[in-house]
Amino acid sequence: MLLIPCPYCGPRPELEFRNAGHAHIARATAADDQGWAETLFYRDNPKGVIAERWRHFSGCGRFFNALRDTVSDGFLASYRVGEPRPAAPPPIPEGEAPRIGAGEEPRP
Amino acid sequence: MSGQHRTPRGGRIDRARPIRFTFDGHVYEGCHGDTLASALLAHGVHLVGRSFKYHRPRGFLAAGAEEPNALCTVTRDRARTEPNLRMTQVELYDGLDAASQNSWPARGFDVGAINDLLSPLFAAGFYYKTFMGPRAVGGTTMWAKLFEPVIRRAAGLGRPPTEADPDHYANRFAHCDVLVVGGGPAGLAAALAAARAGRRTMVCDENPEMGGALLTHPAAEVDGRPAAAWAASAVEELRRLGATVLPRTQGFGYYNHNFVALTERLTDHLAHPAAGAPRERLWQVRARHVVLATGATERPLVFPDNDRPGVMLADAARAFLHRWGVKPGTEAVVVTAHDAAYRTALDLHRAGVRIARIVDPRPRPAGPALDAARAAGLPVTAGGTVIGVKGSLRVSAALVARSAGAGATDHEAVPCDLVLMSGGFTPAVHLFSQSRGKLRFDAATQRYLPGDAAQAQSSAGACAGAWGLAAALDGGSAAGAAASGGEALRHAVSGDHPEDGGGTLGTLPHGRDPSRVKAFVDFQNDVTAKDIKLAVREGFKSIEHVKRYTTTGMATDQGKTSNMNALAIAAGALGRTLPEVGLTTFRQPYTPVTFGTLAGAARDELFDPVRRTPIHGWAEARGARFEDVGQWKRAWYFPVAGEDLHAAVAREVRATREVAGIFDASTLGKIEVVGPDAAEFLNRLYVNSWSKLGVGRCRYGLMLNEPGFVMDDGVVGRLALDRFHVTTTTGGAPRVLHHMEDYLQTEFPELRVWLTSVTEQWAVIAVQGPRARAILEPLVEGIDLSSGAFPHMAIREGAICGVPTRLFRVSFTGELGFEVNVPSDHAAAVWDAVWARTEALGGVAYGTESMHVMRAEKGYVIVGQETDGTVTPDDLGLGGMVGRAKPDFVGRRSLSRPDLVAPGRKQLVGLRTEGTAVLEEGAQITPVPDPKRGAHAIGHVTSAYASPTLGVPIALALVENGRALTGQTVYVPMPGGAIPARVVSPVFYDAEGERLHG
Repeated sequence: MLLIPCPYCGPRPELEFRNAGHAHIARATAADDQGWAETLFYRDNPKGVIAERWRHFSGCGRFFNALRDTVSDGFLASYRVGEPRPAAPPPIPEGEAPRIGAGEEPRP
Repeated sequence: MSGQHRTPRGGRIDRARPIRFTFDGHVYEGCHGDTLASALLAHGVHLVGRSFKYHRPRGFLAAGAEEPNALCTVTRDRARTEPNLRMTQVELYDGLDAASQNSWPARGFDVGAINDLLSPLFAAGFYYKTFMGPRAVGGTTMWAKLFEPVIRRAAGLGRPPTEADPDHYANRFAHCDVLVVGGGPAGLAAALAAARAGRRTMVCDENPEMGGALLTHPAAEVDGRPAAAWAASAVEELRRLGATVLPRTQGFGYYNHNFVALTERLTDHLAHPAAGAPRERLWQVRARHVVLATGATERPLVFPDNDRPGVMLADAARAFLHRWGVKPGTEAVVVTAHDAAYRTALDLHRAGVRIARIVDPRPRPAGPALDAARAAGLPVTAGGTVIGVKGSLRVSAALVARSAGAGATDHEAVPCDLVLMSGGFTPAVHLFSQSRGKLRFDAATQRYLPGDAAQAQSSAGACAGAWGLAAALDGGSAAGAAASGGEALRHAVSGDHPEDGGGTLGTLPHGRDPSRVKAFVDFQNDVTAKDIKLAVREGFKSIEHVKRYTTTGMATDQGKTSNMNALAIAAGALGRTLPEVGLTTFRQPYTPVTFGTLAGAARDELFDPVRRTPIHGWAEARGARFEDVGQWKRAWYFPVAGEDLHAAVAREVRATREVAGIFDASTLGKIEVVGPDAAEFLNRLYVNSWSKLGVGRCRYGLMLNEPGFVMDDGVVGRLALDRFHVTTTTGGAPRVLHHMEDYLQTEFPELRVWLTSVTEQWAVIAVQGPRARAILEPLVEGIDLSSGAFPHMAIREGAICGVPTRLFRVSFTGELGFEVNVPSDHAAAVWDAVWARTEALGGVAYGTESMHVMRAEKGYVIVGQETDGTVTPDDLGLGGMVGRAKPDFVGRRSLSRPDLVAPGRKQLVGLRTEGTAVLEEGAQITPVPDPKRGAHAIGHVTSAYASPTLGVPIALALVENGRALTGQTVYVPMPGGAIPARVVSPVFYDAEGERLHG
């Protein structure tokens, strides 16, 4: 069972999450038919680092993005929606409990 | 007396606490601390079962979890019957009732043993060859007709219990800094180092007593104390330091991110488990660091008839002697290619077992162990081999010879009742391998050892290739210290003789006709050296293929004692080295795990929780039949006086259309959408336009996914400028909320909107029919129900029976209708009041079947029934709802995709048939009555009912270009012939919709 680093709550077991597919797929509604088809249906299946979306479904409920190595299943980074994909993966939050009340709660 | 082979003293048993138990109907006596294996051996019982395929007599090979032969069924009662338990791990309790397996009529005389004589039929690949075998009459293979029924009866292991498991199983999630798997010297030392450094530490061991090899070396001392006493004090200190110490706990699975699964046996060793006590506990442990201290498994030697009862691993004999005070024989021949068995021979010799011969296949063995054996007067044959044994139900002699190349000379029968063998030790790297660590082949010692770890993990002791108590303690200490940042403790060891010389892989030379002997490699699956060589001759080169073809290593023991020998024999036959041939994959679980443990509490009612509405009890009391809709139980129909479904529905529908009916619609999904941008948010999530929807009005909304297909629908009411009450389909509620949250959080984060599921908060009573207003009028306060004040598709807030209500004027029947939303806690009372009025006016309560029929009469679609994830609004004839002027909504871009505007799409139509037969839902539709086999179907039936209102069968269907086919005839081919159907409008009743506005 994966240990997934929620950027709002810290590391939590996979049971609490739902995968939501590839991250950084722009919703390019102005694209031509081929471009829109690629937006909807064309996906890589990389061996190595993948940027994907997760939702902390049974936790804070937030969607976020994470970099995962599909070979080792190791998480290299997790980051909030709207933040750019990290170039160099920052360290993953280590086993810390979420610091609720320290101004780090998810914003509405 | 606990057996004539019991030593007078020594071992970890309590001779003062006798235990009576039964094996195959015979009553025996054992001691507290015995396993079933040790207790039977104390009585000289070696023959304990028959093998899987050949029904060969079998005895104990090992003393622990790796035992392949000695499987039994333990029965407490009819439901508590567990097969395939390793007798070496079954703890004795008073009244234990165990039975051997796979033998009939008795394990001493077994009819199935004819298989042994027929063994040329059962060579490697037997199953595959038989699968492909000649075809019998009727097209089935000989396999299905003849072989399978016979083989199924003859082969196999124990029988499963026939009743449901009455026990329950616990489950715990745990977190720790250091998890140590294995409670031997390495494991205890690692745990001590971590616990003394103040780390949260857990240590587990499969045995009832921690200590591992410390318990089988009574002459050894650690830190000045006997080894076993040191182990006990280490456990005590660990507990004092707050560590979690788990005996009887198997670490069986190592998963991602240092997640390790353990199973703890809680009551199987007790004569009288407390009522309601959990039988086993699943521990799901997330550790910062894992220390594997899983030890090593001794390898059998491969020689003819090495499976006879009385042929045993040398280290198992050591364990039986020192741990359980049992002499496994009176006269032993020891065959060993490893130094350790010499010490075992010496210990047995001192305990009074005559050592008839030590046979060492190594040409010139040397070293202190050999010297000690010779000094004690034990006869040693160096460069020797064993070419077979005498005796079938129990070994009576070993056929000892001298190796001569691939053959043997100077045969001699050495009488004995025990043959101990040692091919050396294989590190137990199973969990390491499961953790995705890379194994490394050590050519010098011909072993696979843990290489680079893939997770925060280290290996210590014999599983890492270290040998002897001192090395294990040091390795464990170092691993524990490294894992915890603590200090590596030094433990002083004396009295241990950790010689680690030798070892061999593959077969011993025997020079006998290889087609006439059986030298076993995998004892549990009855795979011989000959089978593996045959597989190679037949062209299998990969060890993974050899494994599957011969089934070696595929039994419940996963080849713990056999894999390395099988690999070496395959490598020899291929002329390759071991690493060139590769190693098969180790998979979870390490030992079999009960389904109960894995299921835990998730069984019966808790397996998939049942959701019931507040009105469920009323419906149940009225004799409603229920149907499952997702997790919900919904009232299906309310039979009166023995009515069947058809009669009940006909009555419910007629009464609703003529008077009124009430319906429990509480399962509808409900989401409150609130915020200054709520209308704009709905504009983007539904095809409809919401901006101009007035407060107090409702609209039917259609939701698409991004590819443009209908994913949900429901009525949305506007309670205020910034507040909407959204309803969804019963099954779609969580999916719709997830979908809304996704777009709100990731695509439209600028919108100020909050989403709340209120499905459980609001119960819904649908009141439908010409008298609906008359039913509600006296109950409702503060809402004018007149048509002028409260038109169709409006919503009002007020009270009913003194309870707040959100009252919708909507209809899913085509009749004048209301949906009364009330807080769930009050729903039962409000329902009672509404029902009293309904009944008094001559109305009915109706269920989901009538709801389906009435909506189908009106051509209202049900998402998931008329739609299947490939249906657009236009396909449903709802294209007019799409707010094409809106700049954007989810799915909008896709509605102009080429495939979605192409001609020939399937469209929703109605079908009318002659006669009374109702079409089959899901039936295919063709343009001709007698389509050729494989011809293209132009559509399918989505809904079909007998319409009580019209008195004829009706159906809805999706048909290519269906709307253009109106008035034409299509066909529904069925086994009894094609049924002609006329394409009509999907609205069968009150096409003008006048009844809605009554």
